Amino acid sequence: MSQLQVHIVTPEGVRFAQDADMVTLPGEEGEMGVFPNHEPLITRIVPGELVVQTGEERKVLAVGEGFARISAERVVLLSDMALYEEEIEEAKVAEAVERAQQALRQKELGEEEQAATAALLARSLAQLKVKRRHRAA
Amino acid sequence: MASTREIRRRIRSVKNTAQITKAMQMVAASKMRRAQLRALEGRAYHKLLEEIAQSLVPQAGQLRHPLLNPRPVRRRAVLVIATDKGLCGSLNTNLFRELFRRHGPDRIYVSVGRKARSFLASLPSPTGATLLAADFELRDNLTFRESKRISRFLLDKFSSGEIDAIDIAHSHFVNALVQTTEIRPLVPLAPESLSQGQPAAAASAVPDNFEPSPEELLDALLPFFVDWNIYQAILDGLASEHSARMIAMKNATENAKQLVGDLTLEYNKARQEGITREILEIATAQIALE
Repeated sequence: MSQLQVHIVTPEGVRFAQDADMVTLPGEEGEMGVFPNHEPLITRIVPGELVVQTGEERKVLAVGEGFARISAERVVLLSDMALYEEEIEEAKVAEAVERAQQALRQKELGEEEQAATAALLARSLAQLKVKRRHRAA
Repeated sequence: MASTREIRRRIRSVKNTAQITKAMQMVAASKMRRAQLRALEGRAYHKLLEEIAQSLVPQAGQLRHPLLNPRPVRRRAVLVIATDKGLCGSLNTNLFRELFRRHGPDRIYVSVGRKARSFLASLPSPTGATLLAADFELRDNLTFRESKRISRFLLDKFSSGEIDAIDIAHSHFVNALVQTTEIRPLVPLAPESLSQGQPAAAASAVPDNFEPSPEELLDALLPFFVDWNIYQAILDGLASEHSARMIAMKNATENAKQLVGDLTLEYNKARQEGITREILEIATAQIALE
């Protein structure tokens, strides 16, 4: 069976490069599963959970905002964040969520700050989602 | 010949200078390693971003996105990324010389770093008004968010029609010994500038689908592309700055050591001369007494 080359790249460098059977990405218009020989597509992705399935092995990452380019044998994902499930420190992230929510509720933020805080919140929530879902499973 | 005391004083002062330049060299070396790493880390991301932009742009030919369409240039803004501090060899001088050569009446400037500000403020302008539209600070651990302020400022001016094109000028980091000056057009994004010269044949051969629509993707991607380019240019500039400073300080330390060697030789000669003279004087005095 043919495979997909999966590359996940963040500003800190290439975070992930491997062949996989299937990838699930958080697209702007909902989660999408990608198999080999997918039709070429460029899409925006939103903060959420990314799953790479290779045989029995399942890797889960939390990703931030970015873009993905899908072709028949390649998935290239560009994101401002890509964290493995093991790398996420739940307590810290929960705290960050709390802080961001509070900041959004109370303070009068500038437009720019507001956007940045909302983005931070979305990223943190994505991390929490990955962490908690994985534990429940 | 200078007195021995005078020479001793000079040796001491040169040694002090060497100590300082040595310390600065070490500081620059460690900062260089960090800056270099940051500049190089981002390059894979940069390349992919370019790839995605490349495959989007040909499809967008009929879309007429303002960032893609050249218009008659009445006013061109140049973003100049230099350093905050001096003592980094000819890095800034090379950049400024090139800028001065290309200087034209239609240009205004935006500076990053104190050295760029003082140079640009001194540029002659026909009306006597300053050509510096804005200046931004430079910090070693500049974040993407901070650099976004710069690009947002420029893009706002671009969309309001105040400026019609944006160029970017910075030092490009090749390696620790070599940094080149780079001045290139950034906005409007020509398909050639996205693909940096190489034809995007492979990328555009496959008709891509877009989700959401190509317009929305372009709206998100193009400003981000500009943000990212500026950020990357600043990182490049920082890596160049610290490398250039390290090399400059290394040369300074070596020169100081050489100078200490020369001065020590001179000092010893002077000392010996003094001793010889003293012996001669004693001998003469003794002969005179006999």
